[in-house]
Amino acid sequence: MASNTLAGLDALDLDVPARGGGRLGYRAWAWLWPKALAVALVILAWELVHLTGWKKYVLPGPGVTLSNLWDQAQTGLLWHAIRTTLERAVIGFALAVLIGMVVGALVSRIPPLRAAVGSMITALQTMPSIAWFPFAIILFGETTSAILFVIVLGAAPSIANGLITGVDYTPPLLLKAGTLMGLRRLSLYRHLILPASLPSFVAGLKQGWAFAWRSLLAGELLVLIANQPSIGVLLSTYQAQADMASTVAIMIVILVLGLCVDSAFGAADRAIRRRWGLTGTG
Amino acid sequence: MSTAVTEAPAAVTLSAVSKVHGHGRGAVHALDQVSLTAPPGEFTCLIGASGCGKSTLLSLVAGLDKPTSGQVTVGGRVALMFQEPGLFPWLSAAGNIEVALRARGVGRAERKRRAAELLDVVHLGGFGKKQPHELSGGMRQRVALARALAQDADVLLMDEPFGALDAMTRDFLHDELDRICAGRNLTVLFVTHNVREAVRLGDRVILLSSRPGRIIAEYPVPMQRPRRIDSAPVAQLAGTITDRLREQVGRHGK
Repeated sequence: MASNTLAGLDALDLDVPARGGGRLGYRAWAWLWPKALAVALVILAWELVHLTGWKKYVLPGPGVTLSNLWDQAQTGLLWHAIRTTLERAVIGFALAVLIGMVVGALVSRIPPLRAAVGSMITALQTMPSIAWFPFAIILFGETTSAILFVIVLGAAPSIANGLITGVDYTPPLLLKAGTLMGLRRLSLYRHLILPASLPSFVAGLKQGWAFAWRSLLAGELLVLIANQPSIGVLLSTYQAQADMASTVAIMIVILVLGLCVDSAFGAADRAIRRRWGLTGTG
Repeated sequence: MSTAVTEAPAAVTLSAVSKVHGHGRGAVHALDQVSLTAPPGEFTCLIGASGCGKSTLLSLVAGLDKPTSGQVTVGGRVALMFQEPGLFPWLSAAGNIEVALRARGVGRAERKRRAAELLDVVHLGGFGKKQPHELSGGMRQRVALARALAQDADVLLMDEPFGALDAMTRDFLHDELDRICAGRNLTVLFVTHNVREAVRLGDRVILLSSRPGRIIAEYPVPMQRPRRIDSAPVAQLAGTITDRLREQVGRHGK
């Protein structure tokens, strides 16, 4: 009888499930239309500026630019360039994650190292990555290594800081609980500290990616590697030819690539928050 | 090789334990010359106003802290439950119990089986897959109890574990705790500042003074179990203890 009452109490206690988002099609539409509207508004404003005739010899309208983009998409060159750039992004970011994690783990664990290196990581973060290029070019020459070097320097500090913050903010109550359970050293890290710092780590990854992407594009404009078309090379080539339609088309490609990666990080972040019960709706 | 440990008498002994936090003029005497023996299987409630060092005492027994002087001896394994459940938010209810089993080196299949069993013990059989935030406060606290049991402890330390729950849920958890302790020969040290709760649950109630924390009185609780928190004998003994507690707290107002 007692356990029956308890079960009844449990049933009453549980939250009434929040209204689910409805069917998939409906949710996709709810996600899509504000974005579609925003794009439409931008194109409309652009067309209006174009119609006023401001800088009309250099500023192409959206129609010309978008058809230029369509034409470029038919050629292998654009896809080749996208592949090169994304390859560098993935390699550079992966290196940055690896190095950032190792540095973050060591610094958060070893107090003297933190005193010595902790503030240097933040200092490194404030250094604009473009200021590293002269150094990198002299060191590595005009090579992919120079670009990767700057990506790592730009992104690794954010990733390390994200991990360090996450470790610092592991709730003491959980640490107590974990220690009493008998989790020690490595197992304490594996089962408690690392998962507890995941939200902050993902925030660090996201910020690190933004730095990496900026460093990469800056690098591709500055470090010109022969016979290797990349997004940056296309951009500087079209600038040299004063081909504004192609230039803007490439900028749109850059924007879209950035948005795609950002939404991937956003999805990871939301998944974690949902699992932890940190979303407002439950 | 672990048999020697499990066969040893599981009990807690504090002999002349003092604990001072800080040094010099800012030093706070949390505990002063506290001596106390909890025989195996006994349920001891510690009660006192704020500043009586109840939580300090549990930390010392749990080995999270060292006494300034005196000696703490614990026979067997210790588990601690707090006012907050302290569950890992990234793990399901079952996962939270399994991680405690894993820390003790229990194998994978056995972990699954034991976790399901322990969830049944706290009447949460169907809730293993829920995340902590999907459960109510009382249910979370039961998962925390199951996790404490998963540590296969001989001594269970409880630091106001039901303090944040509503009265009705708390009543039920008292019954649950009675039932669970009865079958396991658990030695329990239960800290609370709810006098009736202490009398409802304890084999004896120990009253501590505040700043410094000293044992000022000890009340055996003779009533048969099952008890009810609203029965006359429980209320009567609670009244006696409350009077003594008030008199003690009143000294600090002068």
